Amino acid sequence: MKLTLKIWRQKNAKAKGSMQTYNISDVSPDMSFLEMLDVLNDSLIEKGEEPVEFDHDCREGICGTCSLQINGEPHGPDRGITTCQLHMRKFKDGDTIVIEPFRAAAFPVIKDLVVDRNSFDRIQQAGGYISVNTSGNTQDANSLPIPKEDADMAFYAATCIGCGACVAACKNASAMLFTSAKVSQMALLPQGKIEASERVLAMVDQMDKEGFGNCTNTGACEIECPKGISLENIARMNREYLKASVK
Amino acid sequence: MAKSALLKSSLAKKYWMAFTGLFLCTFLVGHLLGNLQLLLPVSEAARDQFNEYALFMTTNPAVMILSYVTYISILFHAIDGIVLTVRNRKARPQKYVNFKPSTNTRWASRNMGILGTVILVFIVIHMQMFWAEMKFGSLEAYSTASGAQVKDLYTLTIQSFQDAEYGLIWVIVYVISMIAIAFHLSHGFASGFQSLGVNHPKYNNFIKKFGYAFAILIPLAFAIIPIYIHFGLEKI
Ligand code: HEM
Ligand code: SF4
Ligand code: FES
Repeated sequence: MKLTLKIWRQKNAKAKGSMQTYNISDVSPDMSFLEMLDVLNDSLIEKGEEPVEFDHDCREGICGTCSLQINGEPHGPDRGITTCQLHMRKFKDGDTIVIEPFRAAAFPVIKDLVVDRNSFDRIQQAGGYISVNTSGNTQDANSLPIPKEDADMAFYAATCIGCGACVAACKNASAMLFTSAKVSQMALLPQGKIEASERVLAMVDQMDKEGFGNCTNTGACEIECPKGISLENIARMNREYLKASVK
Repeated sequence: MAKSALLKSSLAKKYWMAFTGLFLCTFLVGHLLGNLQLLLPVSEAARDQFNEYALFMTTNPAVMILSYVTYISILFHAIDGIVLTVRNRKARPQKYVNFKPSTNTRWASRNMGILGTVILVFIVIHMQMFWAEMKFGSLEAYSTASGAQVKDLYTLTIQSFQDAEYGLIWVIVYVISMIAIAFHLSHGFASGFQSLGVNHPKYNNFIKKFGYAFAILIPLAFAIIPIYIHFGLEKI
């Protein structure tokens, strides 16, 4: 396949970036999107140019490190996948592909396509944990009965990989889907209920401080989320927060 | 933290937005029921009935309290809405070169601020046209058949939309505004429930469908009134 790539290049966090155009010809439809970028980088290195910096780690859809806004959508045109799971067969020979970093005030660009998502970590650190030691004193699972439905919903919420696609897709750069998943995975389980109030207040407070936008319930996040995290979690967070603030 | 959280946080803004928005939805229903009286054939009785109703709405203490709550709600909803819209823009200072929100969102949900602004402008025009005339203007007062002293809001309303020069323009302004409300509510109605935490697979579908029906039927019924007065009703 032959492709034209329009890629955001930016030297460092302070530099002013711009879109640059690259032509690439030896792309196999079986390559993943990141492999295609590897091929581009090889050719740039050969020419003595600076390779395009982009985030990646597991390359199998479990770590949430890969990002990229591809043709106007986080993780590209496909649904329910990360960029490392996107294949070039989703594109046509001769296509122009626009590749940008995730854009949000709370996700500043470090270099090229790499953004700093530490704001997510700080939201987690504000309350996304339980204060008991769970190693070495594991209880028998049956000693703590949990309704199947609650266990399932907590599990689904916990599948959030913190990739930031929800923020990238949202017209308001809101982190409410992420934050609500992290609130929900705890709030639904008895171990998490003890600190539920402080947790939701602290996490939302941190989310606001980071400069994320507010939810308008457009639903873009849910559709673009590689793990299918549902808007139900945002409603749950809203309930939890309301309960906690009138207490 | 809890106390200030209910006023200042992002979620608190959403609660107020949703609460005032849904309250305004109930206001719309009440307002519409009153307005439907304007569809009655032109007669002394119709005129008396509407003007006595208008008198009741502006003097009954319970209704007056309700109308102040409505004014405050509109003000709060509009200010909160503008604050949210501005903050949301700031959350993405560097825009995408290529952004395709139409692949994953509906138009109305992305343009609540613009739709709201159109509605706000309409509310100001509408209040100026009727409410201010009734309250401060030199509307003619007369005695109805039952002896009540009323201002003739009925004639003002009918004449506004039948006016040879401006009547049609007003009809168009009103219809466009109702379309804006329809789009605003096509997203806003269900969105308000979500903001308040009401989301369950059992009734989500019902809320969505009810919201669409509400968003179409209420503005449609409102819009029919000026259209009918202009094109259908006997001229006065
Ligand atoms: C008849 C009048 C109005 C009604 C019935 C109404 C109703 C609603 C409802 C139910 C919502 C959804 C709330 C939520 O998502 O939680 C909403 C959202 C909104 N309204 Fe209104 N509204 C009205 C007038 C206005 C006006 C005058 C403005 C002025 C700017 C406005 C601006 C907004 C904005 C910006 C939102 C979206 C807020 C967000 O979630 O980001 N609305 N409205
Ligand atoms: S909610 Fe979905 S899109 Fe958002 S960070 Fe988690 S996995 Fe990524
Ligand atoms: S690199 Fe780990 S999810 Fe894509």
